[in-house]
Amino acid sequence: MSIDTRPATPRHRPVPAAPRGTRTVRRRRSLGNPVAGLGSLIWLVVVLVPLYTLVSASLMRQDQALNGDPLAVPSDPTSENYETVLDSGFAALLGNTAIVAVATVAIVLVLSVPVAYVAVRTRSRLSSLAFRMFLLGVAIPAQAVIVPLYLMIGKLGLYDTLWAIILPTAAFAMPVAVLVLSGTMRDVSEEMYEAMSLDGASPLRMLWQLAVPLSRAGISTVAIFSALQAWNGFLFPLILTQSQENRVLTLGLFTFMTQFGVNIPAVLAAIVLSVVPIFAVYLVARRALIDGLMGVGGK
Amino acid sequence: MSPHTPVAKRRGDRRAAAGNAGRPPVAWAVPGILFFAVFAIVPLAIAVYLSFCRWDGLGSPTPTGLDNWTRLFQDPEFGQAAWLSLLLTTVSWAFQTPVALLLGVWAAGRQRSRAFLSAVFFVPLLLSTTAIAMLFHALLDPNFGVIKSIGPWLGIDSDVMGSSTGALLVVAFVGGWQFMPFHTLIYQGGARQIPEVLHQAAAIDGAGMVRQFFHITLPQLRHTITTSSVLMIVGSLTYFDTVLIMTKGGPGTDTTILPYLMYRTGFQTYDLGYAAAIATALVVVATSISLIMVRFSGFGAMRSTREGM
Repeated sequence: MSIDTRPATPRHRPVPAAPRGTRTVRRRRSLGNPVAGLGSLIWLVVVLVPLYTLVSASLMRQDQALNGDPLAVPSDPTSENYETVLDSGFAALLGNTAIVAVATVAIVLVLSVPVAYVAVRTRSRLSSLAFRMFLLGVAIPAQAVIVPLYLMIGKLGLYDTLWAIILPTAAFAMPVAVLVLSGTMRDVSEEMYEAMSLDGASPLRMLWQLAVPLSRAGISTVAIFSALQAWNGFLFPLILTQSQENRVLTLGLFTFMTQFGVNIPAVLAAIVLSVVPIFAVYLVARRALIDGLMGVGGK
Repeated sequence: MSPHTPVAKRRGDRRAAAGNAGRPPVAWAVPGILFFAVFAIVPLAIAVYLSFCRWDGLGSPTPTGLDNWTRLFQDPEFGQAAWLSLLLTTVSWAFQTPVALLLGVWAAGRQRSRAFLSAVFFVPLLLSTTAIAMLFHALLDPNFGVIKSIGPWLGIDSDVMGSSTGALLVVAFVGGWQFMPFHTLIYQGGARQIPEVLHQAAAIDGAGMVRQFFHITLPQLRHTITTSSVLMIVGSLTYFDTVLIMTKGGPGTDTTILPYLMYRTGFQTYDLGYAAAIATALVVVATSISLIMVRFSGFGAMRSTREGM
């Protein structure tokens, strides 16, 4: 079963030589559901208006933004807001966020892959108990543990370090990681394991040369999902770090908001800049990202 | 190689025996389990303990028995926050589900125009919650924002954030704006799994689009609806960034939902024991919902659907 989510060219190209049968079916499907079709156009406007304003107002001078119509096209676009943001230490924020994201993904993968593998390949009571713990873990909100984490991170001497963000973020990404990974690993057939074990392969080799390569889809889902969580995290950095040098992007944006005050175009420019890196990732890994997120919800 | 063979007990047929050789040691799972336990399960237990203590964040927590809990049940602020959380969750669910369902079913078709639109719909997911909250904060600014020009046209007052109902609806809307693509994707995935034959058979029987939707699509999507709803409910019970950035719990305390009340109590007035009690109450609600989910479908169903593939 292949899922075609390629967001291809906007133009609706006619396909003259398609097989008849399938075409009628598809056409019927597309003509039907006019309510949803119309709804999708309305939603398009709802999505696009804020995004358009974000970009256009970030190019305006402050007086135009304050006095003119915010929906208007900027009459003389300026990069001044972007310069303001870049001069306010934006690169450092980005660097910290990248460190947090990479470390989170690494920890999550190194720890979750064996857990999922053991959960799928053994029937021990311990592993099924652990699996159930992770299943429940999906429901633990970060807010529920932030007070004790504040205490623990302090005691560990990690308060106001990037580790204070990385460790809890990785822990909270693990439940979904274990669920997704065990889902994909369960699809590796028993016969393949048997064949490998007849060849005398060790469990480690089976994991490394069979389970991991065949679970590539799940692994990339998990990587993307944990990276997004690290990218998006706000509560852990807010409570567990303090100094400017350990500030990540989300928290930095929040402080820009007070720092720039009424300079709304600068705030918007900061937002645009914060989206650029992940947008670049999206353009490269569009397919994996979409399939991955679809997988998290459970198809 | 050897200390890992509980499976051997499984009736000694040759298959199991052959499979046994390559079973991984259970010990491999230990680091992951420990790590998760240290940063998620143990803190949860400490939170429960702290909910029976008084603690200002500096000294050591002093046990005070049931004080925080009796206070919790009598505290009108907690009552209001719980009610607002419930309201926000209900509004978010009622807003997101129909839209995501329709968009998802519609996007499950395979035309290129749909693929393109889905790509546009996806963009909000790329922005962090912080960025989105700040963006809407700017858009709804009564002096600057687009609300000034399109508000009257939509019948929305330009000071929508100043009204208590308005502010809560805005928070629900902003959450929906951000997570709609995710739920749309879930429904899109679900809708693509419905066998085309069902629709074809119904069409031959003369069922129109609407009947097909209610009699085939909806019933076939029931597990997807559960999964998506539970994620939405747990998600909106834990909204925090949006409220902190857009409303600071206001006007007054009219958007002070449970997570924000917890934050304010714990990290602004440093009443961390009471904050832990609020957090524990929150986790009880979220976990009960998730238990119901595991029981009635959700991820359990996700697994069985996968196995059936």
